[in-house]
Amino acid sequence: MAKVKTLADLRKMKSELRSKIQVRENPENPESIVQIKVGMATSGIASGAKEVYNFFTEELAKRNLSGITIQVGDMGYCYAEPTVEVLVPGKDPIVFGYVDVKKADQIIEKYIKNGELLDGIIPPNYQNINE
Amino acid sequence: MSKYKKHIMVCGGTGCRASESDTIVEKMKKELENRNLDKDVQVVITGCFGLCEKGPIVKMLPDNTIYTEVKPVNVTEIIDEHIIKGRKVKSLLPADSYKGKTDSKNMDSFKKQIRIALKNCGFINPEVIDEYIASNGYEALGKALMEYTPEQTIDIIKKSGLRGRGGGGFPTGLKWEFAAKSKGDQKYVVCNADEGDPGAFMDRSILEGDPHSVLEAMAICGYTMGATEGLIYIRAEYPLAIERLQIAIKQAREYGLLGKNILGSGFDFDIILKLGAGAFVCGEETALIHSMEGLRGEPTIKPPFPAESGYNNMPTNVNNVETFANIPTIINKGAEWFASIGTKKSTGTKVFALAGKINNVGLIEVPMGTTLREVIFEIGGGIQDGKKFKAVQTGGPSGGCLTEKHLDTPIDFDNLIEAGSMMGSGGMIVMDEDDCMVSMAKFYLDFTVEESCGKCAPCRIGNKRLYETLDKITQGKGTEADLDLLRNMSHVIKDTSLCGLGQTSPNPVLSTLDNFWDEYIAHVKDHKCEAGQCKSLLQYNIIAEDCVGCTACARVCPVGCIAGEKKEVHIIDQSICIKCGACMDKCKFNAIELI
Repeated sequence: MAKVKTLADLRKMKSELRSKIQVRENPENPESIVQIKVGMATSGIASGAKEVYNFFTEELAKRNLSGITIQVGDMGYCYAEPTVEVLVPGKDPIVFGYVDVKKADQIIEKYIKNGELLDGIIPPNYQNINE
Repeated sequence: MSKYKKHIMVCGGTGCRASESDTIVEKMKKELENRNLDKDVQVVITGCFGLCEKGPIVKMLPDNTIYTEVKPVNVTEIIDEHIIKGRKVKSLLPADSYKGKTDSKNMDSFKKQIRIALKNCGFINPEVIDEYIASNGYEALGKALMEYTPEQTIDIIKKSGLRGRGGGGFPTGLKWEFAAKSKGDQKYVVCNADEGDPGAFMDRSILEGDPHSVLEAMAICGYTMGATEGLIYIRAEYPLAIERLQIAIKQAREYGLLGKNILGSGFDFDIILKLGAGAFVCGEETALIHSMEGLRGEPTIKPPFPAESGYNNMPTNVNNVETFANIPTIINKGAEWFASIGTKKSTGTKVFALAGKINNVGLIEVPMGTTLREVIFEIGGGIQDGKKFKAVQTGGPSGGCLTEKHLDTPIDFDNLIEAGSMMGSGGMIVMDEDDCMVSMAKFYLDFTVEESCGKCAPCRIGNKRLYETLDKITQGKGTEADLDLLRNMSHVIKDTSLCGLGQTSPNPVLSTLDNFWDEYIAHVKDHKCEAGQCKSLLQYNIIAEDCVGCTACARVCPVGCIAGEKKEVHIIDQSICIKCGACMDKCKFNAIELI
């Protein structure tokens, strides 16, 4: 891995990384993909997040959907673990709670493929200072 | 590609369901069907919006309009006006909407939470440094190294008003300045990740969700005080946090963001982990330092403060995980920005772990000055099963309980101390009418007795005596004199203990005595536990009129204390009864009562 030698290097790297993310989030772009974030802190894993993570990873490939599964930290909705955030290009991210394999399957079939929402969506109730 | 053109989201949180959100959903589906719109508009039940006081909440997609206090009678209006004619139903818009904030994206005034310390938690992959860099990671370190002198950096932290999030609330900038001014051949930055309060998981969540923010902040701190080594003291009970920290440190080293000559500035800094065995007292900074040195985890008298003589007798700065997690954002966004959030004396936000009898158990971050009512009844979604709120324990075993009269107190460091509790690290355990406050105090004392290091007598012996007295009261053997004893002993322990553990351990006793005096009196005078938790004070009785003599209770009783012939009224021998409650569970005729 190359060392980041100066602040300018770091900033260049940041803008490159950001534009990569923008490419995958832009629905106009042919390379845009679905991003699935699975909350995998201790509480999430304890309630089965690993199984859900593996399911999404395998099933996206099997069902020929271009998407990536990303493990993230605690989203804060511990009462509804495992929690999963799905970002379909061009749409607002949506958080699903109590996701087991069965629900994950519905998320793929109904939401990702058809844009249909599922009961049990968790509305974001905070403001994030990240731009 | 979407089959549906519009979505109506109806809150299905406990609070909203109690005010008929179920009926609203049914009616919406029916009305949509009547208008042949059910193929175009989907009705979805959602989780809690955290706006429970204004419930039921209905949100319209894609335009993000939020309607509050919706009743089933409003359903047709919403469909006819909003869906069909595309006009907002003004009477149902929240009051703020007249200022032009009608959609949830702009409804910041509605969102009680602001995430600063948790900004990346749940958004980035904690095991990939690139994701952290993409979300502005290590920018603050670069900025500090290149654009600010150490003094200027400390000044920013001082001006921001940031206070220690581990519980003490000491101004962080001042702490850094002390450490910077101390002389020593080698200085150390220590991150206190020894989170030990029962029910608290803020620090763990930060380390598991955003480890790099802590590493970056430690490097910034090292720069300001002239330290080249950082140590994270973390309990071995947090294996996932440890693993992610190790990955983060390795990646930061590979990128040269830790190590020699960071970003070409000439500044060297590296971090290692020190694993602790999970002793509560090791959250106290002197005990923590001794534990890192390989000594027993016992506190020593301050002064000398760690800033003068800490780890290996060198100047050491110890900060909590959450304190560090705030630092990069403060450097990036400026001291004024941070100071504009929260209250005058307690700036910024605080992360709380909501636990206990609350609907939305979870991790929240609110600006200082938010009231307990907003935290519990809006964000937290209220009390489970519609029970009555009784108290909330803040600050864990070192804190106190706050009651209904404190619900509208803005939460900040000083207000909580005035109310007889403390901020602590941020655990909030909510209790309802079924919780006995004497037992609660006993639970915390049991914890403190277990965790006291035993070095000083008031803490080692005093807490044990406090526990025994509380135990006696819950057994129904307490007297009114015991209540005086509890109070006196508590004050002596507070005044004479060596470290924070003993100085705060009687707080749960004192605050329950202050707030729930009647409950203590009921225990010692009437031998009654209203909440029904003190088993020794309870009695199972068979109601003669309702007993049919089926013998089920007698058969299930593990100690055979129920006597009676078939088809005759049974009797419990109270002297043998162990109060397990099995008979009551078994009785099909509700003929057994608890008094």
